[in-house]
Amino acid sequence: MLDASEGHVTADGRKIGGVVMEMRNITLRFGGVVAIKDISFDIREGEIRAIIGPNGAGKSSMLNVISGFYNPQEGEVWYKGQKRPPMKPYQVAQQGIARTFQNIALFEGMSVLDNVMTGRIRQMKTGLLAQALWKGRAEAEEVANRAAVEKIIDFLEIQHIRKTPVSRLPYGLKKRVELARALAAEPSILLLDEPMAGMNVEEKEDMSRFILDVNDEFGTTTVLIEHDMGVVMDLSDRVVVMDYGKKIGDGTPEEVRSNQAVIDAYLGVAHD
Amino acid sequence: MAQPLQPTEGMASIPALLQRNATRLADRPAYREKEYGIWQSWTWAEAEKEVEALALGLINLGVNEGDFVAIIGRNRPHFYWSMVAAQSVGAVPVPLYQDSAAAEMAYVMDHCGARVAIVEDQEQVDKLIEVRDELHQLEHIIYVDPRGLRKYDHHKLHRFIDIQEQGRASYYEWIEDLKARRERLDYDSICVMLYTSGTTGKPKGVVLSNRNIIEASKSSAAFDNLTKDEEVLAYLPMAWVGDFIFSIGQACWCGFCVNCPESPETMQTDLREIGPTYFFAPPRVFETQLTNVMIRMEDAGRAKKWLFDHFMALARRVGPAILDGKPVGALDRLRYAIGNILVYGPLKDTLGFRRVRVGYTAGEAIGPEIFDFYRSLGINLKQLYGQTEASVFITAQPDGEVRSDTVGVPAPGVEIRISETGEVFYRSPGTFEYYYKNPESTASTKDAEGWVATGDAGFFEEGSGHLRIIDRAKDVGKMADGRLFAPKYVENKLKFYPNILEAVVFGNGREECTAFINIDLAAVGSWAERNNIGYASYQELAGHPQVLETIRGHVEEVNRSLADDPMLSHCQVHRFLVLHKELDADDGEMTRTRKVRRGVISEKYADLLTALYDGSEEVFTTTEVTYEDGRKGAISATLKIVTAQVAAVPEQKVAAQ
Repeated sequence: MLDASEGHVTADGRKIGGVVMEMRNITLRFGGVVAIKDISFDIREGEIRAIIGPNGAGKSSMLNVISGFYNPQEGEVWYKGQKRPPMKPYQVAQQGIARTFQNIALFEGMSVLDNVMTGRIRQMKTGLLAQALWKGRAEAEEVANRAAVEKIIDFLEIQHIRKTPVSRLPYGLKKRVELARALAAEPSILLLDEPMAGMNVEEKEDMSRFILDVNDEFGTTTVLIEHDMGVVMDLSDRVVVMDYGKKIGDGTPEEVRSNQAVIDAYLGVAHD
Repeated sequence: MAQPLQPTEGMASIPALLQRNATRLADRPAYREKEYGIWQSWTWAEAEKEVEALALGLINLGVNEGDFVAIIGRNRPHFYWSMVAAQSVGAVPVPLYQDSAAAEMAYVMDHCGARVAIVEDQEQVDKLIEVRDELHQLEHIIYVDPRGLRKYDHHKLHRFIDIQEQGRASYYEWIEDLKARRERLDYDSICVMLYTSGTTGKPKGVVLSNRNIIEASKSSAAFDNLTKDEEVLAYLPMAWVGDFIFSIGQACWCGFCVNCPESPETMQTDLREIGPTYFFAPPRVFETQLTNVMIRMEDAGRAKKWLFDHFMALARRVGPAILDGKPVGALDRLRYAIGNILVYGPLKDTLGFRRVRVGYTAGEAIGPEIFDFYRSLGINLKQLYGQTEASVFITAQPDGEVRSDTVGVPAPGVEIRISETGEVFYRSPGTFEYYYKNPESTASTKDAEGWVATGDAGFFEEGSGHLRIIDRAKDVGKMADGRLFAPKYVENKLKFYPNILEAVVFGNGREECTAFINIDLAAVGSWAERNNIGYASYQELAGHPQVLETIRGHVEEVNRSLADDPMLSHCQVHRFLVLHKELDADDGEMTRTRKVRRGVISEKYADLLTALYDGSEEVFTTTEVTYEDGRKGAISATLKIVTAQVAAVPEQKVAAQ
């Protein structure tokens, strides 16, 4: 394992920094059901960190712990060197953690542009009244935010649907709009919950490209949950493997691939 | 034309025109590009500075006079500047089709021996790196969009803005050189080299001089009274001669503004925002737009649909006459004016054609219904006939003499003659210099007196003096019984149906004609949706019995109309099949300008062709397909052979009675 405090440079030239977030002995229960059991792992600055596991392994619960939607009964979340007290999701968002959802959660009736603009809420400082009057500071702020959003629209190549209501878009594009909205928040950690679920091969390739480009261009730390093993192995720097709420593996894709516990979890093991 | 034409006012090159515009039209917009949702614009003075910085940067990089500079990207101001910058340093710009596969690019790059390539993004850089080993002359690659390229080895790879920055930094070192090089350019220096798409064989490099481009631009601009106030949308491939003439030649000559869309997908929105006054499109663009309008009208409410049908009927009746300034009754004029407020105006606005003063279509035959549709709305759509070797213009239709079945009168300065075999020959100041490194082809195309063979068969119509093109001379063949076989003529008739995207007719040396047909996914898909017909793929839709039945209806209608044509009544289509995949340039079945390659298609689908003639009812086939990234795959399908009814030829009917 690498030293937690120091960064390194990957084979393809990306800079991976020190630990930015750390999960320490997280346990999450729903009544009697233990969704996550005593899990610890860390996330380094600038890396793509994948969480994989069979259905019901607790991956989404883990992501919800990171995003502050669930507060674990036991364990600690350390963020930027400080222990994070129990928080509401909006407070976590204000700390610079943005996410996309497994089942797309966009404002269906609004245009793509408006949807992405909502991602800028953290950057909006003027009050309701100022925005309603739309003069001076509020106007300047909106222009600045729009400029930032347009850069993201350009980056994700969704210019042609800028004014299209989200409800009229195909699934693959909706996923991309969700990514755009998350990016608009200029997150320091980006959480992607199954960004490629339900996509065809071509859409998956596009999305993988975008995830890599985002990481490359903005240096965004990315945590993703994914089912498609090929995608995970290609994209991520390090992988956490979960099964029945427990961590059964952690390391580079190669390490994980040769891990016996992981192979058993995925391929099943003969009980004799 | 014994005396070659000399430049007007010393304007002997495109860089000279740019200098002139930068002084005379300094504050007028020269280029616009939509980026980040806003139209960014550059005046002529600013554009000149950008070009100068890049030209200095190119000299600094070691580009010599006579070098070739490949330019690969979609229409962006950067690439237009690159062309002029390359010319300014005495190099020759060679624009390539940006959707070409790496191997195609390698052929062209190797043929011209380009030392520098200015490209758009990672996609193009990757392609060049892939074939770099074969291209020993290629030294530097300059890219515009840095995305994804940060980690690449930058020893021979440069950012566009860095080259410009280096140019600015070395201003005093190179400015005198640049000026001297610019001044050495004359009417005979090479302006650009364009590769023809080549329906047969390898692409040929057409060398066009400053004289060719500037004379062609000058006389065509005068023909249509183009001024510095025109607005054009540059969206057609930069490697195509038309774009070079419109967006560089005419734009620099007249000093009008070239607008670049945000991305290919936003072209329609951008077209509407710009509202060009001068517009050029191949028939396909007009067809697609019309198909979209019709699909949307099918979904419109009953009242709107009635309004549309009513006023379109009126427009078809009187619209073209009003456009040509012919006498039309006062009542009809009033009705047309009302229609203009209710239907035509808003429709033209939606299409982005409200301000079009001169519109051209060329490249392929356009369906009369499509042509009349636009003209009846009051859009001055005209046809021209041209080719790369002529710097576009051979013939064009003057205002007021526009018809869908001719291509107009000889363009100013162009002489035309028809050979004994019916082939069209021309001679003009725009006639190309030679094919690069290909003296045999040059000699067989252009004779000592400067006459160029077009390869098209045509004739001048009695009375009007307009040229009519029948077909590609080499496509015209003979049926087994020796009668004329003109496939293109039949294909065009078929393609005029919105449901049919592409058709390939066979019959050379055979008893009967047959056809391959490609359905138009937009039109047929919309029909399927309205009729609750489910389909999972293009292939499934193409093979749907009801689709085959519809297409058969179209084929039979074409047969009926062919039966009335004494020359071609025997070219009726007896059997056809609907292909399981779209014909594609990536598979070599079409050229990059989307012309079908008959030879390739009949070889590749030999099994299907055999089935059309051996009486089978269906045929199983497997076809190799190339994906956009160059990987290969295969699809297989069982295709039905459909027999179409052949209409009786009138004479025979008389004989039977």
